[in-house]
Amino acid sequence: MPQAEKKGLSHATLATILSIIPGVGQFFNRQILKGCLFLLIAILYVGGFANLFNMGFWGLFTLGTEVPRDNSIFLLAEGLIAVLVLGIGLLFYYLNLRDAYKNGEAVDNGLKPAGFVRSFKDMTENSYPYLLVSPGVLLLIFTVIFPILFSFALAFTNYNLYHTAPAHLADWVGFNTFKQIFTVDIWRSTFFDVLGWTVIWTLVASTLSIAIGIFLAIVVHQKDLKFKKFWRTVLVLPWAVPGFVTILIFAGMFNDSFGAINNVLLHSLGIKAIPWMTDANWTKVALLFIQSWLGFPYIFVVTTGVLQSIPEDLYEAALMDGATAWEKFRNITLPFILTQMAPIIITQYTFNFNNFNIIYLFNNGGPAVANSTAGGTDILVSWIYKLTMQSSQYALAAALTILLSFFVILIALIQFRRTNSFKEG
Amino acid sequence: MHSIKRRKHTRLGFTYLLLGLVSLSIFYPLAWTIGASFNRGNSLVSTTLIPKNPTLAHYQALTKTSGTFYYFQWFLNSLKISLFTMVLSVILVSLTAYAFSRFRFVGRKNGLTLFLLLQMIPQFSALIALFVMAQMLNLVNSHFLLILIYVGGQIPMNTYLMKGYLDSIPRSLDESALIDGASNTRIFLQILMPLAKPMLAVVAMNGFTGPLGDFALSSVILRDPKAYTLPIGLYNLISDKMGASYTTFAAGAILISIPVAIVFILLQKNFVTGLTEGGTKG
Repeated sequence: MPQAEKKGLSHATLATILSIIPGVGQFFNRQILKGCLFLLIAILYVGGFANLFNMGFWGLFTLGTEVPRDNSIFLLAEGLIAVLVLGIGLLFYYLNLRDAYKNGEAVDNGLKPAGFVRSFKDMTENSYPYLLVSPGVLLLIFTVIFPILFSFALAFTNYNLYHTAPAHLADWVGFNTFKQIFTVDIWRSTFFDVLGWTVIWTLVASTLSIAIGIFLAIVVHQKDLKFKKFWRTVLVLPWAVPGFVTILIFAGMFNDSFGAINNVLLHSLGIKAIPWMTDANWTKVALLFIQSWLGFPYIFVVTTGVLQSIPEDLYEAALMDGATAWEKFRNITLPFILTQMAPIIITQYTFNFNNFNIIYLFNNGGPAVANSTAGGTDILVSWIYKLTMQSSQYALAAALTILLSFFVILIALIQFRRTNSFKEG
Repeated sequence: MHSIKRRKHTRLGFTYLLLGLVSLSIFYPLAWTIGASFNRGNSLVSTTLIPKNPTLAHYQALTKTSGTFYYFQWFLNSLKISLFTMVLSVILVSLTAYAFSRFRFVGRKNGLTLFLLLQMIPQFSALIALFVMAQMLNLVNSHFLLILIYVGGQIPMNTYLMKGYLDSIPRSLDESALIDGASNTRIFLQILMPLAKPMLAVVAMNGFTGPLGDFALSSVILRDPKAYTLPIGLYNLISDKMGASYTTFAAGAILISIPVAIVFILLQKNFVTGLTEGGTKG
């Protein structure tokens, strides 16, 4: 330390400053091999990606200037990849600076920096968890994080059918699309109609499945009930059959003109045929019924497991106090189930909020509504799908995606906080 | 005494009645589909639960390919995609969860928060980008791309489940193995993974059924009828021709549902343990 003070700058600081060019700081710390390696990586990185950065950032800012040469969307994608690569580069740059500082500090303290073999061994040992995580995280970056960022970026452009390559370019428009959702009459009314039904759908469909699942689990759990195994197997069947198959089967059964519900069931009860597929309200009733049918077995199975884990002495104590069956249920069974199953119950709600399959496969989100891009039973996700795949309103779809994501995250965060179930363990 | 007994009888009576009705509502659609698959003709107008002149024609039709109809190809595609997604996600999820559960490293906390956040954002958000990306990379109709997307989407939630489960396995087990000179990799493969079997079953099941239940993402990437998976293929079968090939659909639906349901019920015990132990406590 005293030496360093004489010189005015510690070895550590100097090494850090020198490694502004990666490797030089390591040379200064007399770690020649490591320095060479760092320098080589830096040269390869800059040399290899210079073009990507150049093109990428130009494209990201301008989204292209000339038709038909430039394709705005490809340029946007390249730009985002450049940002990701830059991010990874900056991370390594930071590690390089830190390495120079750490080893410089060792020199200051009169220690000799580790040799190449030693530090290589250190690195592999410390990096073991990174080695474990990296395949998963890399895949996550390219198949989930990058596409999500890309979708989000599209929300701030005007990319749609009229701004598509090769004939046209897209442009950055800031928050314009978001503003339009709330100001253009037709968009606003569609948005609020869809949002309203999405919320009702989520609450009613999930609550029904949860209530039915818990109720049936308690019913089957009765001690003196026979054939328990049989009932449990039967009640799990709707979960065992692939969901899309069931939905499509129901779509046939609910068909207005030839479906079994109208032709057989209601007919035999003397009830007139109900327009399940052409009247939005009846479609909603059918959807809620089907989702309860599909959703309860999962809750049923988990509740059965929880019921078996309730300590028996709780009930014995209650029996001593002369509690009625209802009191036992209210004060012991239900609280136990609800606290144990909080995370699973929450996932039911987020699942139904994004339950694209049932809405789209059952009746295509329909019946169709005049002058609207959304059908009478479309929820946010199925509307976004239609905007993307059918009417090429990419920017609008992307903006809605952002709103949807914030909505889901907000609710999930509030809930997770309240249940504490996801606390660090 | 008598009144207690009578009350017990009415309670049980109502219970059996209720369970009977629920079972009926479960069996009816399934039986109806089985019936439809043996009925003659293409439409459902004349379909009855018990066919008057049962026929295997629709099952035979499944083996043929015509125009946009490739049932067995779809079946194989779905099987392939589900299997690869399952294997890859089990491997990647258990590696990642092991690191998060047993090691303390720089970036761990941030990583966990990121996973929690990604678990909440539906993969649906990426739909538009995947649509554009597949075209850009010339990977429209690529099963490989689809598998990678599925596995990526499976990682955040399943890692959380698996990490929670591994956390509940006492650390003293690995520590004593470490003292005996076992390497990290050996501890992972020979001690932790066998103990985590119930949760591995859950991750495997999610990996297998996830692709089988997906319509949105696969319909964005797969455009050629030969490359379809079962959900897209069967959906088009009944939506394109407006009920015309409903009986063929019924046969196809039965053929996929029965094996899946049997495997599901056989393996049920394994993943139910994982769900109730890991899922409920997070």
